[in-house]
Amino acid sequence: MTDAPVLEIRDYRLNFNTFDGVYHALDGVNLAVGKGQSLGIVGETGCGKSVTVRNVLGLLPSPPAEVVSGEILYNGKDMLKVTPAEMQKIRGIEIAMIFQDPMTYLNPVFTIGTQMVDVILAHQKALDKSVRKNKKQARAHAIEMLRKVHLPNPESQIDRYPHELSGGMRQRVLIAMALSGSPKLLIADEPTTALDVTIQAQILDLIAELVEDMGLSVIIITHDLGVVAKVCDNVAVMYAGQVVEYGTIEEVFGKPKHPYTEGLLKSIPHPGKPPEELYGIPGFLPNLLTPPIGCRFQDRCPKAMEICGTPPKNRNNAAHDRTVLCHLYEEGFEDA
Amino acid sequence: MLQMIGKRSILMLGMLLGLLVITFSISHIAPGDPAALAAGPDATQEMIDQVREEYGFDKPLVEQFVIYVGGIFEGDLGRSVYTTRPVAQDLMVYFPATLELVIYSILFAIILGVPMGVISAVKQNGWVDNLVRFVSSSGVGLPMFWLGLMLQLYFGLQLGWFPLGGRLDLMTDPPTTITGMYTIDALLTLKFNVFFEALHHMVLPAIALSFPALASIVRVNRAEMIETLSLDYMTNARAQGISKFRMIAAYALKNAMLPTLAIIGLRFGWMLGGTVLIESVFDWPGVGLYALQAVTASDFEPVMAVTLILGAWFMLTNFLIDIIYGILDPRVRGRA
Repeated sequence: MTDAPVLEIRDYRLNFNTFDGVYHALDGVNLAVGKGQSLGIVGETGCGKSVTVRNVLGLLPSPPAEVVSGEILYNGKDMLKVTPAEMQKIRGIEIAMIFQDPMTYLNPVFTIGTQMVDVILAHQKALDKSVRKNKKQARAHAIEMLRKVHLPNPESQIDRYPHELSGGMRQRVLIAMALSGSPKLLIADEPTTALDVTIQAQILDLIAELVEDMGLSVIIITHDLGVVAKVCDNVAVMYAGQVVEYGTIEEVFGKPKHPYTEGLLKSIPHPGKPPEELYGIPGFLPNLLTPPIGCRFQDRCPKAMEICGTPPKNRNNAAHDRTVLCHLYEEGFEDA
Repeated sequence: MLQMIGKRSILMLGMLLGLLVITFSISHIAPGDPAALAAGPDATQEMIDQVREEYGFDKPLVEQFVIYVGGIFEGDLGRSVYTTRPVAQDLMVYFPATLELVIYSILFAIILGVPMGVISAVKQNGWVDNLVRFVSSSGVGLPMFWLGLMLQLYFGLQLGWFPLGGRLDLMTDPPTTITGMYTIDALLTLKFNVFFEALHHMVLPAIALSFPALASIVRVNRAEMIETLSLDYMTNARAQGISKFRMIAAYALKNAMLPTLAIIGLRFGWMLGGTVLIESVFDWPGVGLYALQAVTASDFEPVMAVTLILGAWFMLTNFLIDIIYGILDPRVRGRA
């Protein structure tokens, strides 16, 4: 990474104050996305993938969420400290987000067009308060965006209501909406999880195409390793609120270092592989109301040692483009 | 949409006929001899029989019913034994008074209730919310006539701000009858002093009558707003940079209004029944007072006519609500 990263998350700790006690959702997350790069965040459900990125745009209500420490630097600006007015100039304009379930992320009582025009006008207003509303122009822009995401007949589809569109079409609309402000960074939170497999591939291709086209930096959150392998340059593997391994796709997926990553890769089903050979990591995610002292993976780790009862430290390789959070690499490591 | 309106209209006619059968049976099975009452305390049996024949009470019930229903289609609702005038003529005088009161009450309840619910939801658990919840709980609990009496005592007698009852001062001539609603007639005939006087008389009874409706509108709207604000499409709107005001006032409120509308319709219907109490307290010459007098005098035909009007009113308001529902929610439109 030669350029300064577009987005950098440093030592990010976040708790949820619940009725049952303090839920330690994130514990020292470190991530970075370079300009024009794409980063995948993978991990099982509940490991903190979505929570990590939600606050980039200030989307976690507080309470219950409480930031304990850390910084989310967007081009050097700490997103955890910006004012609401500054945030409005970033939402959708600098950083945009698309979400998991296209069925529930569009307002059911407004047409697609109304919602897109609203977003476009909101961006104009955030940038320049004195600008006069031009709905016609905004609508033209919306149609253009819908065409860009390959929605058929955008001129007529724009006046439809969300329930009249299929899931794949709705996700296209959401992508069009997110990209209507020409953002520099796109955060896609499980963009294909709720879709049929065939549609998943189309949406992924679309995202890849748009990223290329618009020179976007991207963060894709998913629990589908195939998606990451297809679209991303780098990958961060998360487990129980921590990034346990980070590096390029080739390095992490080709030569996994962390025992959790190894387990994850072994558990992918292959058509040629008989089901009885399919590996499953034993045990469950630890309860983060009372996280284990030391390594959070120790109870499920096949290589656990005595020292795993103390917190591991991030170990980098010489080039600093790969990190592993594990006691096995106390002495550091070199790329194999 | 048109199909829906057609289907509902036919259904409504059927329901009205059913209502007629029920009220007719109940009022004719009830004890008490209206003919004897009408003939007076000193009447001979002969005179009573004569009255009975005159009003048709001597015919078999089924025949009486057929005659009654036939009359309704000709605008003949029978004759009041008590006022000795045709019921239809009486209602022309009393119904507009009640309608006016009910309309002002529901408007007051909506205009105050919806924003209160919204503010309460947005500032959940703040002091405004606590105050609103206190007021709305007491509104559901307080008997309407008691509230009316208290308002009369304090604002009428003690402070002298508002008149104790009636639609106008004794010495004021009512405006020329156009709709029978004094405020509207006064405006139409440009008698502004009469308009303000009528409005002045309206304040206390309208507040007392609207209170239960206000309370339930606030409660439903608050609950729906809280729920809607936490939905996925609100998160998306926020992430895309939609302003907070627009999110609350348009995106959330339009969705929250759907269940609120249902309760508004229901309350609007109930209000007409509630006027019996309020009109007695405030000496308001409307349908409620008319019905009360008729019931105490065993005067069948006015009671039946008022019941019919109440039923028709209830159905009509729900019919209107269904139409507004269709306008607000695109998902309802196709269905009948």
